[in-house]
Amino acid sequence: MHDVTAEHGESKLTYFWVWGGLLFLTAVEVILAYKQVLQPVRMLEVLLVLSVIKAALITLYFMHLKSEIRPMRWLLLISVSGCFFLMWVFFFPDANRIIHLGVK
Amino acid sequence: MATVQHAVQDVYEPSLFGTYSKKIGMWLFLASDSLTFGALLFAYSYNRIAEPGWPTPFHKESIANATLMTACLLSSSLTMVLGVLAANRGDKAWTRNWLLATMFFGTAFTVLHAMEWTKLMGEGMLPWKNPWAATVPQFGGTFFTLTGMHMLHVTIGVIYLGVIAFRKKILPILLALWLVGWLVTPAGNFFHVYGIHVLLLGVIVSAIILFLKPKDYDPQDVEVAGLYWHFVDLVWMFIFPLVYLMSTKVV
Repeated sequence: MHDVTAEHGESKLTYFWVWGGLLFLTAVEVILAYKQVLQPVRMLEVLLVLSVIKAALITLYFMHLKSEIRPMRWLLLISVSGCFFLMWVFFFPDANRIIHLGVK
Repeated sequence: MATVQHAVQDVYEPSLFGTYSKKIGMWLFLASDSLTFGALLFAYSYNRIAEPGWPTPFHKESIANATLMTACLLSSSLTMVLGVLAANRGDKAWTRNWLLATMFFGTAFTVLHAMEWTKLMGEGMLPWKNPWAATVPQFGGTFFTLTGMHMLHVTIGVIYLGVIAFRKKILPILLALWLVGWLVTPAGNFFHVYGIHVLLLGVIVSAIILFLKPKDYDPQDVEVAGLYWHFVDLVWMFIFPLVYLMSTKVV
């Protein structure tokens, strides 16, 4: 029987810190949206970076990926990131083409 | 003859991924589900960038509502992880309490989201049109598909946690929620006609599972359910900025 209790090292306090960090990053996102100091494309980039940080915190701490063994971590990370990278490479140049060149 | 008398754990090789099969199965499901949401988010972002006339209908009230929804989901993740900790300690009472708190936050999220949808539909927004930019009909389609898919996942998550925490006792609770939800929503409302019946479907599926394979759920089941719940939270961390904050209307 796999021992679930043995594998997670984080304390309750760590989870409260992560939760606080996630709420703080959400507040930063909302403030950025209200101030509108950035152009839409730059804004999208900044929001995506903040979202990736939040996703990493959730995955590593709340989903305990940090405590999984290396093959599990890398298999998940490489396969999912690889698929997103392929989508990004093929689709986003086309979205930019429409902005700069128009639909042909 | 002693060489053939192994215990079951000695017969099988240890897992390559160092954990139990249910958890690996859930991770694989989540990897595939992340691609579903990834495709929807890419479709939304593609349209958002490529269309200069993209509507920005989300004013202060909508953003405040969506921020509250985000806080609900983040808090639900905290209560979920505390539930997993309690399950690992073998504390059944607190496991149930934390799961109940998670279900409460999940339900609050769904209700707030349903109110937001109702308001947008009241303003004339539909999957095939929107009142703010007639040349951008894809706004409604991408918005409702993406947020609807997520809302469905949250609802399934609440039912899943209910099954883990309360087993067969969740069935009458879900039935009561379905009836109350159906009665309190106005007759012409989308959630009265379609949305609320997801709960009824949930009752049927949960009943099949609970009666065909009744069991006492262990800490592993709580942890696996937690993985699903955190994933739903994670997806919202992308939907909130991309859909709401990128379409903010500051007056």
